Amino acid sequence: MSTTAVPPTARTPRNTHPRSRGSGAGPLFVAPFLILFVLLFLAPLGYAAYLSLFQERLVGGTVFVGLDNYVTALKDPQLLHGVGRVALFFVIQVPLMLLLAVLFALALDSGLLRLSRLIRLGIFVPYAVPSVVAALMWGYLYGPDFGPFAQASRHLHLPAPHFLSDGWMLGSLANIVTWEFVGYNMIILYAALRTIPQELYEAAAMDGAGPWRIAWSIKLPALRPALLLTLLFSVIGSFQLFNEPNLLMKIAPDVITSSYTANLYAYSLAFTGQQLNYAATVSFLLGLLIVIASYAVLLTADRRRTS
Amino acid sequence: MPTFPTSAPSASRRSFLAATGAVSLGLALSACGGSGGAGGSAPAKPVGQAEIDKALKTPTELTFWTWVPNIAKEIALFEQKYPAVKIKIVNAGQGTPQYTKLRTALKAGSGAPDLVQMEYQAIPTFTITDSLLDLRPYGASALKDRFVDWTWGQVSGRDGEVWAIPQDTGPMGMLYRKDIFDRHGIQVPRTWDEFAAAARKLHKADSGVYLTNLAANQVAAWHGLLWQAGAKPYLTSGKSVITLSVDDAVSRKLGEYWGGLAKEGVIGVEPDFTESWYAGLNKGKYATWLTAAWGPVFLSGSAKATAGKWRAAPLPQWDAAKPSSGNWGGSTTAVIRSTKNPVAAAVFAQFLNSDPASARMFTTEQFFFPATKPLLSDAGFTGETPSFYGGQKVNQVFADISTTVDSAFQWPPFLDQAATDWTETVGKSLADKGDTAAALGTWQTRLSTYAKSQGFTVKGG
Repeated sequence: MSTTAVPPTARTPRNTHPRSRGSGAGPLFVAPFLILFVLLFLAPLGYAAYLSLFQERLVGGTVFVGLDNYVTALKDPQLLHGVGRVALFFVIQVPLMLLLAVLFALALDSGLLRLSRLIRLGIFVPYAVPSVVAALMWGYLYGPDFGPFAQASRHLHLPAPHFLSDGWMLGSLANIVTWEFVGYNMIILYAALRTIPQELYEAAAMDGAGPWRIAWSIKLPALRPALLLTLLFSVIGSFQLFNEPNLLMKIAPDVITSSYTANLYAYSLAFTGQQLNYAATVSFLLGLLIVIASYAVLLTADRRRTS
Repeated sequence: MPTFPTSAPSASRRSFLAATGAVSLGLALSACGGSGGAGGSAPAKPVGQAEIDKALKTPTELTFWTWVPNIAKEIALFEQKYPAVKIKIVNAGQGTPQYTKLRTALKAGSGAPDLVQMEYQAIPTFTITDSLLDLRPYGASALKDRFVDWTWGQVSGRDGEVWAIPQDTGPMGMLYRKDIFDRHGIQVPRTWDEFAAAARKLHKADSGVYLTNLAANQVAAWHGLLWQAGAKPYLTSGKSVITLSVDDAVSRKLGEYWGGLAKEGVIGVEPDFTESWYAGLNKGKYATWLTAAWGPVFLSGSAKATAGKWRAAPLPQWDAAKPSSGNWGGSTTAVIRSTKNPVAAAVFAQFLNSDPASARMFTTEQFFFPATKPLLSDAGFTGETPSFYGGQKVNQVFADISTTVDSAFQWPPFLDQAATDWTETVGKSLADKGDTAAALGTWQTRLSTYAKSQGFTVKGG
C-alpha cells in the first residue's frame, strides 16, 4: 500500500488548518466510545467504589463505614493468602508459558517444520475449548482413582501421582492454564514474526548469520512489543484466576477453598456470604493490584529499552 | 459452593454443570442496588372466598422459576381448572444458581418471579430478608394435615407463618449392595456401632472396597446425619437472635464417629456426584450409599451396571429402640412477596402440591418422593417393586423412614455461609483424615464470627 501512496509533500496544503476544520466532528466521533466507556466501565467502577464504603447486614440494614472495609481487607489473611497464591502462580506459570509460546512461534516461523499449519492449529485448539470443558476434562485426567495417569501407574505398580492434592494443585492448575493459553500467545508472537521484513533476513544472511543468530539478533528483539503485550495479558489473567480453580473445587473441595484465589474469594463473599460491600472492596483492591503490577511490567520494560 | 442435590432424580449432574457457569462479578455487583424487598403486605388477614374466586377468573400470567423437569404436565392440570391463570415456566438453574439470581432480582427491585422452587434449607435465607409471602391468609393452614408433619415444620415460620408448600422430600436411608454383603457375610447394620464394625471388616477383607463414602464436600448429607442424631445446630429466637451449636455434644459424637472412620481409612471420603464417584458406585468400590428417598431412582439411572444388586434399609441408628432419620433434599413452592398477584400465586402453589392428581403426578412423572400423607400410605405408590432393587418395595422402606424424621430441625438464615464454612473445616478434616473434633470448633467459631458481623446476637458455642 505504502508504495502507491501519494508523496507526503502533496498533502501539506490540506493540513494547514487542522483545528478550524472538523472541530465539531471530533467529539462526535469520540462520543460512541466515550458513552460506552462511561456506562460500561466508569459507572460500574464508581458504583463498586461507592458500595465498598458501606456495610450491609442481614440484621440491621446498611451503614456507612468509610474505609473500614479496606482496613479489614488489608489485614484479611484469606485475601492475602489468595493474592500470594496467584502471585506465585504468576511467577512460575507465566515465564514457562511464554517461553513455550516463543519456542513454538520461532519453530513455526523457521519454515523447517512439516505440516506447520496443522501443528499451529493443534497448539491453538485448546484456546478454543471452553474453560469449563477444559477443567472438566483435566479433572478426569487428574482423577486419583480412575484417571488414566493413576491407572497407568497402578499397572506399573508405581505410586499414583496425586495431582489434586494440596502440594500439587497449583502445578496442576498451571498446567491447565498453560495448555489453554500457550496457543493463544503463540499466535500473537507468530503474527509479530510474520511482520518482520524479509530484507532483514537477506541482509543478515549476506553478513553470514545462521538461523540461530537470526533468531537471537533479529527475531527476538522484534518480538519484544508482542511479548510485552502477552506478558500484560498474563498479568491480568493470573491475578484474575477464577474459572479453573472454581471448577476443580468440585472435585477437590478440601484443597481449593472458597478463598483459594483472590477472585474466587471476592465471588464467594458476594454470593455465599451475602457480603456484597466487602466483595466490592476486595475486587477494588484486586483491580488496583493488577493496575500496579501491569504498570510495573511496562515500566521495567521501558527502562530496559532506554538504558 | 456446595451442591445440594434435590429430589429431581437425574438433575444432580446438571446442577453440577449449572453451578459452574460463573456469573460475572462486575455485572452482578452493578445490578445490586436499592433496598431489598421492603414488604408492605398486611399481616395474616384471611382473604375471602369471593376475592379468591375473582382473582382466579381474572386473566393473569404468573412467572414460576423452577428446575423441575417436565413440570408443565402438573401445571396443565392447574390451567385446566383455572383457565384464566397462565403459568410461565422459567428455568433459572437448580438450587444455588437460582437463589443467586433470585437474590439479585430482589435487590434490584425488579425481575423477580411470582413463584419459585425452593429447597427446605433455603427458606430461612429468604425469610430473613422478608422476601417470601405468608400463605396463611390464602387458606394454606387448612393443608397442614395433608402433609407429613416434619415437612410442615420445615415450611413453618417462627410465628406460625406458612412460607411455602412442600413438594417432595428426601428422608435418609441406606442403599446397600446385597451381593457384597452376602459375599463377606455382613448383616445389614442396624446401629452405627454395627456399621463401624462392618466397615472395618469389609475393608480388611477386600482393600478395594469401602462400606460407604461419606463425601467430604456434601454438607447436606452431614446436616441430614446431624438431624438424625437429634442435633439442633441452629435455633433462631426472634429475628436477630440465633443459637449456634454446631460443636455441641451431639455434633461431636457425629464428628468423632465419622472422623474416626475416615482416619482409619475404612470409609471413602471423596466428593460425590463426580465422575470418579459415579465410577466408584458402578464398579463396586462402595457397598452402601447413605442417601435420601430420591436416591433409589437416581442410582438406578447412574449405576446401571449394578442393577438388581442393591437393596434399601433405614439408616443405622444411634438408639435402635428409637429409630430416627433426617432429611436431605426435596423442595417446596414459595410465593415471592413482591408478586402483584398474591392470591392467584398462593392458590397455584397450594394446588400444585396438594391437589391429589397433581401430587400423584410428581411421583409418576418426576419420580419425586412425596410430601403428602395420603400418597405415603397409598399402595399404588408404596407397592412398586423395582427390579433394580430385586423387587423390593423400596418406596415402602422410605415411607416408613419418613415417619421417623424429627419435626423441629431448623436451618440458619445464612445457610450458604454455614455450608462453605463446613466444607473448609469439617469436610476438609474428613478428606485430610485430620482432627474432626477440632474442626467442629473452627466451624463454630467461623460461623459465629460471621453471624455477629451480620448483626445477629449469637448464643451458644
